[in-house]
Amino acid sequence: MNPIISTPRWWQRPFTLTLIIGVLLIMVPHFLSSKLGIAVLNQMFIMVVFTLAYNMLLGQGGMLSFGHAVYFGLGGYFCIHFMNAVAANGWPIPLPLVPIIGGLAGMVLGAIIGSFSSSRAGTVFAMISLGVGELVASSMLIFSSFSGGEEGVTTDRTGFGSFLGLSFAQDRSVYWLITFWMLLSVYLMYKFSRTPLGRMSNAVRDNPERVQFVGYSPRMIRFLCFMASGFFAGIAGSLFAINYEIVTEETVNGLTSGVVLLQAYIGGVGFFAGPIVGAAVFTLLQTLLSNYTEIWALYVGIIFVATVMYAPAGLSGIVMMHRPIAQNHGLGQLLKPYAMCIAPALLAMLGVVGLLETTHALSVGEAEFSLWGLDLDAHSLVPWLSWLAIIVAGATVAKSQWNAMKDAYENELQKAYRAMESS
Amino acid sequence: MSQLILSSLLNGLVYGLLLFMLSSGLTLIFSMMGVLNFAHASLYMLGAYFAYGISAKIGFWNALWMAPLLVGVVGALMERYGLRHVHKHGHVAELIFTFGVAYLIEEVVQLIWGKSNVEYREPESLMFPLFSFFGVEFPAYKGFMLLVSVLIFIGLLMVLTRSRVGLIIQAAITHPNQVAMLGHNVPLIFMLVFGVGSALAGLAGVIAGPVLGTFPGMAVVLGSIVFVVIVIGGLGSLKGAFIASLLIGMLQTFAVAINFQFSTLFNALGLSPGDEGIIKDLYRVSVAQLGPLLPYLLLVLMLIFRPRGLYGTRDV
Amino acid sequence: MSAAIELKQVYKSFGSTEIIRGVDLRIEAGERHAIIGPNGAGKSTLFNLITGRLGVSSGEIEMHGESITHLMPQEINRKGLSRSFQVTNIFPRLSVFENVRCALLWSRGYQYSFWQNVDRIPHLNDETHQILEDINLGKKAQVPAAVLTYAEQRALEIGITSATHSTVIMLDEPTAGMSRFETEQAIALIEKVTQGKTLVMVEHDMGVVFGLADRISVLVYGQVIATGKPEDIRGNPAVRTAYLGEEADHVASR
Repeated sequence: MNPIISTPRWWQRPFTLTLIIGVLLIMVPHFLSSKLGIAVLNQMFIMVVFTLAYNMLLGQGGMLSFGHAVYFGLGGYFCIHFMNAVAANGWPIPLPLVPIIGGLAGMVLGAIIGSFSSSRAGTVFAMISLGVGELVASSMLIFSSFSGGEEGVTTDRTGFGSFLGLSFAQDRSVYWLITFWMLLSVYLMYKFSRTPLGRMSNAVRDNPERVQFVGYSPRMIRFLCFMASGFFAGIAGSLFAINYEIVTEETVNGLTSGVVLLQAYIGGVGFFAGPIVGAAVFTLLQTLLSNYTEIWALYVGIIFVATVMYAPAGLSGIVMMHRPIAQNHGLGQLLKPYAMCIAPALLAMLGVVGLLETTHALSVGEAEFSLWGLDLDAHSLVPWLSWLAIIVAGATVAKSQWNAMKDAYENELQKAYRAMESS
Repeated sequence: MSQLILSSLLNGLVYGLLLFMLSSGLTLIFSMMGVLNFAHASLYMLGAYFAYGISAKIGFWNALWMAPLLVGVVGALMERYGLRHVHKHGHVAELIFTFGVAYLIEEVVQLIWGKSNVEYREPESLMFPLFSFFGVEFPAYKGFMLLVSVLIFIGLLMVLTRSRVGLIIQAAITHPNQVAMLGHNVPLIFMLVFGVGSALAGLAGVIAGPVLGTFPGMAVVLGSIVFVVIVIGGLGSLKGAFIASLLIGMLQTFAVAINFQFSTLFNALGLSPGDEGIIKDLYRVSVAQLGPLLPYLLLVLMLIFRPRGLYGTRDV
Repeated sequence: MSAAIELKQVYKSFGSTEIIRGVDLRIEAGERHAIIGPNGAGKSTLFNLITGRLGVSSGEIEMHGESITHLMPQEINRKGLSRSFQVTNIFPRLSVFENVRCALLWSRGYQYSFWQNVDRIPHLNDETHQILEDINLGKKAQVPAAVLTYAEQRALEIGITSATHSTVIMLDEPTAGMSRFETEQAIALIEKVTQGKTLVMVEHDMGVVFGLADRISVLVYGQVIATGKPEDIRGNPAVRTAYLGEEADHVASR
């Protein structure tokens, strides 16, 4: 009986799982008629593909790239130009096939740039990716016949005929197209990770030298991963082009590269599903949180730094940490110690949010504002002191409970391991 | 023509020395701790913003020493409570951490001071032309910037080569373990170097803010150029940082000044492009527009062919 | 018949420091050859030169008659030479099972395939299981390699090294840091996995050396001062003076 990974049940097998999720997702528009909801899902699915593609480099291959938006954005540009060409020339190509063009563009670019970046890892690789990213982003503004300059390039989905009776002027059809490509990409990327190349890319991440001594060239592995990652990033870029019908310089710039890193890391780079979680969480924060506060980007930044410092395995890492305990039915034991620490911590976090919102109100000159139903005046000392008091109280209590929480976790983990070994 | 060359030379010098103030701290920190601090340019931005806030209340000359000090403290704290904690997760984690801090600082700056430019101006006392050459005026403030940069450079040189602390730092850069065994408090030295490097970045912000503009994007704009500088100069080499700073400073300044359009070149070669397309873009583009591209091109080329840079001692 | 490994006038300097100063060495196919010598003699450097981790300053290195002097480590490995490391060099975040399987992939012909699913290749997984049983790590197959004990990691190291289709196996201090019991297990394992292959070994434990080796070479200050059968080395006065001292008599009387 192996201690960590058990044999998958029938519904855990990748293909079946994808199918089930696919069916569920396809039915969503029948239940969710809100345009915003569909728009959020579209954005989320595009980001899922992009972030998973990014993690092929970072989490799977150990290569940190600060310029991955290049493959995403240029994939989008090539796709959108192709779409315009198809519409102008009347070629009989259905819209659902179009993302392949972006994917191919991303792959070729990955090959070009990978040809000189893959001999290095670590900091040099990161710097090259940064340089290339900046180069491409700046070039986009110069070569405006390709990039449309600052306004970008637009297209019109209705230039494509209908496919299987679906007209892409409708939101639903676009949603289904994106969902299909997302599921296909996720499935393929998962399968890739189970191939010899995929397994060896993990090995290169862990120990590039050892890889040589089992017969592989680390450089070739990195190069091929680069191409694969570029391909899927290009697909994501194409989906972006199809969805928003516009591609601009923003799609290739440093901010987009930074965001994908953020998403991957928050979700957790060590597990396949991590980037999926990260993309979902980030998209939700971006779309929903921005309705409630203007400083949502600051909160995301805080979450990111906190993740890097205290939970470097990301959200998926935290979940997986508890898997053995869950398998041993020990989660119930953790409820109380966890609540004793997390509840005051949440209180302190609310205090921080209050403090930041009050600062923001002061800074934009709307000193009198309302938060969570309370009317506050940033000019008076009362809210400042209250927030500080809440933060200090929550943090102190949380800190005092920290060790108890840690011990409870360790205990349950040990119990789980012992149970596994004796079976 | 000569006035163009002269003014470009002077401006290039000012800009180059400014870059050196930023890159010297960054390259020192990299030598010591092996971490490339993405947030270094953000500290530059903090320096400008702090100076803006302080000078509005108690004048520019007070801001000149107080702001860098504050930024130095922020940097030291960042090292002590942030980097040191993340260090055990590896170099990649450290890079990602500094990247996150850079992002965070930019958001915090926007939180406190808003998203647009702030009116951070040079002091009245320095708002006069220092001299004129061939009809070109050179403002006194830029002369002041030159003065501060040169003083900093000399000061750094003296401290590192003549003082006891400097020698210990030089040793700790290459052999931290031996230095620790000799009884020196290496973590303290690290924190000190980080703090001083940050303070230098902050000082650069204080003096550059009025000239280059004080806005939330200023860190991003200058940050990548500083990386280019230290990679070209060679990671870990102060001499390399100095030469590369001047090189890039001059390159960018001259590129902006040269009003050369590629159309002249193309016409001279007897080529004339059609109406649309990439060639037409290239035809229309001028060296000034390519200016921003040049440093990144150099960066990528250098990393491919000579990752050690011009004078680097450490291979990354 | 060409030797398994042959070194001809190999020199290696780091800057102005000469570490390997003219080594001629011939290791016959199928033999078990130990390289011993005092600390700093250059044994690890020699290993690194043979396996391609370092380049020679001058000289030639041949394997089965073919020159491997300027080849990349992976190229040398593909020709049938594998090595273990003095400091454990495994894939820490992969499971024990994955560690061994990775070692099998190239030599079993899978190369850079991105269309085959490793989980669905029965003989690959069966072979991996077999090797795990051989190194007594069968029960720990799914454990991340970083979590193993030191001795278990060394066993895994040997497992990875012998998994490839290599004809020449080079082990760099395989029993370093092990207890008496662990050493005996390691010796049994080494004997098992190197059946019919050439074994080159750097070792400090004289018990292991004299027990396993067919021939021994003694490396002192970058030069081989003696090569021969264990009894000859034991009796060689130069070797005695340079290295063995009293230990030789002690071991000889066992």
